Amino acid sequence: MRQEYKKIWKNYAVGMAWLLGLLWPMLGIHPDGTLTFHRTLTVWLYIFAGSLICVLFYITKKSRILSGVTDPLVNGAGKLSDISKALPTSVWMVLLFVFLLVYPLVNGRYAIDVAISVLLYVCLGMGLNIVVGLAGMLDLGYIAFYGVGAYTYALLNVAYGLSFWLCLPLAGCFACIAGCLVGYPTLNMRGDYLAIVTMGFGEITRIVLNNWMSLTNGPNGILGIKPISILIPTFHNTMSFETFWVKKLNVLYYFVLILAVISVIAVTRLRNSRIGRAWESIREDETAAELMGVNTFRYKLLAYAVGAVFAGLAGAFFAARMRFVSPESFTFIESCMVLCMVVLGGMGSIPGIVLGVIVLIALPEVFRQFALYRMLVFGAAMIIIMLFKPDGLIPAKRLKIQAQYEKKGETDTNVS
Amino acid sequence: MSAEPILELKDVHSGYGSIKALKGISLKAYPGEILAIIGANGAGKSTTLMTICGIVHPDQGEIFYKGKKINKIPAQKLPPMGLCQVPEGRRIFPRLTVEENLILGAFYRNDRAGIDKDMEHVYSLFPILKERSRQQGGTLSGGEQQMLALARALMTKPEVLLLDEPSLGLAPIIVQSIFDIIADINKNSDTTIILVEQNANLALQTAQRGYVLETGRITLEDDAESLLNNADIRKAYLGE
Repeated sequence: MRQEYKKIWKNYAVGMAWLLGLLWPMLGIHPDGTLTFHRTLTVWLYIFAGSLICVLFYITKKSRILSGVTDPLVNGAGKLSDISKALPTSVWMVLLFVFLLVYPLVNGRYAIDVAISVLLYVCLGMGLNIVVGLAGMLDLGYIAFYGVGAYTYALLNVAYGLSFWLCLPLAGCFACIAGCLVGYPTLNMRGDYLAIVTMGFGEITRIVLNNWMSLTNGPNGILGIKPISILIPTFHNTMSFETFWVKKLNVLYYFVLILAVISVIAVTRLRNSRIGRAWESIREDETAAELMGVNTFRYKLLAYAVGAVFAGLAGAFFAARMRFVSPESFTFIESCMVLCMVVLGGMGSIPGIVLGVIVLIALPEVFRQFALYRMLVFGAAMIIIMLFKPDGLIPAKRLKIQAQYEKKGETDTNVS
Repeated sequence: MSAEPILELKDVHSGYGSIKALKGISLKAYPGEILAIIGANGAGKSTTLMTICGIVHPDQGEIFYKGKKINKIPAQKLPPMGLCQVPEGRRIFPRLTVEENLILGAFYRNDRAGIDKDMEHVYSLFPILKERSRQQGGTLSGGEQQMLALARALMTKPEVLLLDEPSLGLAPIIVQSIFDIIADINKNSDTTIILVEQNANLALQTAQRGYVLETGRITLEDDAESLLNNADIRKAYLGE
């Protein structure tokens, strides 16, 4: 036990020294050549004090010095989780659904805007989850399909005046074709090579959008995209339809919510299907999957295509919401962000990815008060999550099969 | 030997790119027998099985299965035809549960009732798998993983089962029980088994016939009994 504490303190001291070495060049070296120490030390001392409290708390908890205080707390938490387990999942689903429905009614414009972002990224995360989490193919150019979807709606709407609802399936179709085009030549690649090639495809898409002036208007982007329209029947003298433009954010929120819910349900169902199992077997061992009769070629291409469809649909909504698209929105860093959401949340785990999206979209917003250090804190938070939760926030579980088996086991015992 | 061979290789050349691992292999497997292929490291034993299974396609020569040429048939179409391999090093799906591994064995099949029945059957062959059915495959011990790999292959309802080094890295007592099960499978369901092994002694004791493979060529073909008593073989492979 003593040995262990010694190790903790030693690690802590090394960590703090490393942090000082990292902080000083950032805060202490000035462009005019002067070197200062005061500011570095203040920041460092704050962090030192904060982490010292955490370490002390950790040690007291571990050595059970404060067991009189912590035990009732732990018991309380246990009771809380008992209560949450007592209610069936369906009740929680209904509560969550009600919360999602009332959300725009009780929140302001800014909060709704953030929520729409979250929902769009949930849709993207679900699509990428198929490619990366289920089929196990590392795709670093995923945002290209989002771009294809967004530009499909933007171009068709501005040039031909096609309505959103006609363009939405087209956006999915075009993204699907793009997915197959990218997928086909990369099917024989694995791991690192695949990552590099998909990254190349992502960049090609962005550069084409950026340079094809006559079609995409290049870096200036496309302006004047119409928002989503719905036809509402009106009764003046005779019944007629009136076009209603969804310009208000809270109405748009509901449309994006429907898209996100559909994508979550679709991916959940896919995951538990025969197709999902084929994808997972390819992720685990491609040769073994082939020996078991899985057509790896077809299922890998299917993973690309289905993943791309989700991105394409989300892209069309993105264009309709922004009413402006430019290649700026589809950079490599966006692909990385979506990948981070999937990995951070827990690859292959659907609630995990939703949480990952919330964390990665909401954290930068929460950290706005740190102003300059916002992205630094954000990066640190990511590192810490990955250090302590390497499998993601909510690791993927194999619940469905378990439930099936338990049922079977019950009937078995009944018979005997 | 009686009847037509169920699987026949005629002068098969195969390899990986410019490396030629098989330099003209001809062998026959008859329905219902256990056939052993023994040989040293790098003799081409695994490549022979991978070539039969369509993971590697032969450069030259012909492979006949039930009288049909299967040279160019892609790997995933062979399990429905009744040809399945348990690859070297087990290669189960580590992050899927035991049960999911087994379901994947029956991937090409659509008969739910039949799959459930076969699932019960393999669970009766390997009771330990039933106990572990909800565990992830990767958390099983080596012997259990070998059983899972074998059970997964049985789920494809094979007529010819190719086994690549089932004794690899296992304790002697577990090896013995796995070989007993292999003999049982052969006896009870009339499955033809092609057994590739470095453990020549055990393989030849289980098998009825054997081939000796050396650097991509078949050097000897005989009854398992006579191979076991062959002085050269005893010297080269049985450590005498």
